[in-house]
This record gives sequence, structure tokens and C-alpha cells, in this order.
Amino acid sequence: MARAATTTDAFNAVAEPRRRQILDVLSAGERPVNDLVRVLRLRQPLVSKHLRVLREVGLVDVRDRGRQRMYSLNGHPLKPIHDWVKTYERSWSRRFDRLDVVLEELKETKEDNRGNDE
Amino acid sequence: MAMTSSRTAVVTLPTDRQIQITREFAAPRQLVYKAYTTPELIKRWWSGDRGEVTSAEVDLRVGGRWRYVMTANGGFEVAFHGEYREVVPNERLVTTEVYEGAPEGEAVVTHIFAEKDGRTTLTILMELPDRESRDAVINSGMEGGMQESMDHLEQVAISLR
Repeated sequence: MARAATTTDAFNAVAEPRRRQILDVLSAGERPVNDLVRVLRLRQPLVSKHLRVLREVGLVDVRDRGRQRMYSLNGHPLKPIHDWVKTYERSWSRRFDRLDVVLEELKETKEDNRGNDE
Repeated sequence: MAMTSSRTAVVTLPTDRQIQITREFAAPRQLVYKAYTTPELIKRWWSGDRGEVTSAEVDLRVGGRWRYVMTANGGFEVAFHGEYREVVPNERLVTTEVYEGAPEGEAVVTHIFAEKDGRTTLTILMELPDRESRDAVINSGMEGGMQESMDHLEQVAISLR
């Protein structure tokens, strides 16, 4: 199941559930690859492959600590995704703001009818 | 005792094909459900500030159809329709949803109305056939946002005349 475009940007990189899992784990702090293998229960070559994709789009940084390579999260490339979703979120917020007004009126009507209601 | 409410909609993308929208309301769930399923009430909120709902048809039973039409601020018509798949009054609604401008991307939408201490959390999970359709839905929000900004700009321009 080859996906050619995975390394083009953060959108594609986080489309893969395993890679989102890796980011979740790294959000708690930097980890060596063996930790990721253990937590995710995946084979190491697969984890390394995902880490390579995440590094290429800048979502993961790596540094050497002694003989280990430590991987850490860099959330910055996620901002365009956040902004993208935010606009959609705003249009729902406006819709729900109006629903709030309708609900307030329904509550008043219900209080007026108290005694008849259940 | 009024608690601070989370009055903003929270949108997340649980998987490639899904969009989840969560919002809390300061009202019991039978009222939220009523506002969600009664045509005269739907007309008052569904368009947000993106236009006016000109028609809301609701045949609230499994297999029944719904259709909402909105005239957007730009003057064009936007219509959605679908079918009710599950109807559990005040608790759960599962519908299909088709944007008539892009009928190939039918969504299955699950609404869950959960009440706690007189407040209702509404969770809407939209499942699209593929990632492209999912992204198109998010982009539609972006276009709507753009449209609103353009409208604002227009109003400012008019006021300057």
C-alpha cells in the first residue's frame, strides 16, 4: 500500500494512524527508538520508517545521546493543520451560538408551562 | 450554580475519514434534541451567520428523509439532504448527509446527546467515504469563512462610500 505523497507535508505525514501514535507518545517527552518499538508493539524497521517520514516534514527532531538516538516532537509543522480545522470550527461555533438563543427561549417556555410539564 | 461552559465547538479529526464536533449546551437534552429536529427551530440556527434557511423538511423516522436549503449571504443556494438511519429520541440520531453540490461524498453522521446536571454535550461524528471527501468538508468551512470575510469587507467598503 504505497503512498507516494507522505513526505510532502505534515498533512500527509499525520494521515497515517501509526505516525499519529508516535507523535502522541513523543508529546510526553523524547524517547529512543526502542521505547517506541515497545510502546507501539511494532517492528523496529517499521517504526524507523515512520520516524523518517516524520523527520522529513520536521515533526520529529533527533539528537544523539551517547549510543542512543533520541527522538522528540516538534509541533510547529502542525500549525497549518490546526488553522485549517479552526476555520471549520468557527463556522460550527456560529451555528451553535444561534442554537443557544433558541434553547434559552425553549427553556423559558418550559418554565412558563411548569406544572403541566411532566 | 452556573458553571463555566465550554461554549466553543471543538473539532477533531479522529481518523482519515472522520470529523468529530463536540459542543456543550446549557440546556437539558430533550430541548437540544427538539431544536435539532423541529423545522421551525432548525430554520433559526442551522445557517449560523452564513445565510438564511429557506426550507427545512424533516421526516423523523427510520428511513425518513430530511432536506435543508439555505440561501447563503452571497445569494446562492446551498442544499443538504439525507435519510434517518437511527432515531432514538433525545439520545441518538444517525443520518446520512449529502451536500447537493458534491453528491458523491455521502457522509454518515452520528449525533449523541448526553446530559449531565441539566447540561447537554452534543457529539457529532461525520464519517466520509474517503479522505478527499473529508478534506472537502473541512474546506467548505474555509470557503464559508472566506465568504464571511468578503462580506464584511464589502460592508466596510459600502460604509466608506
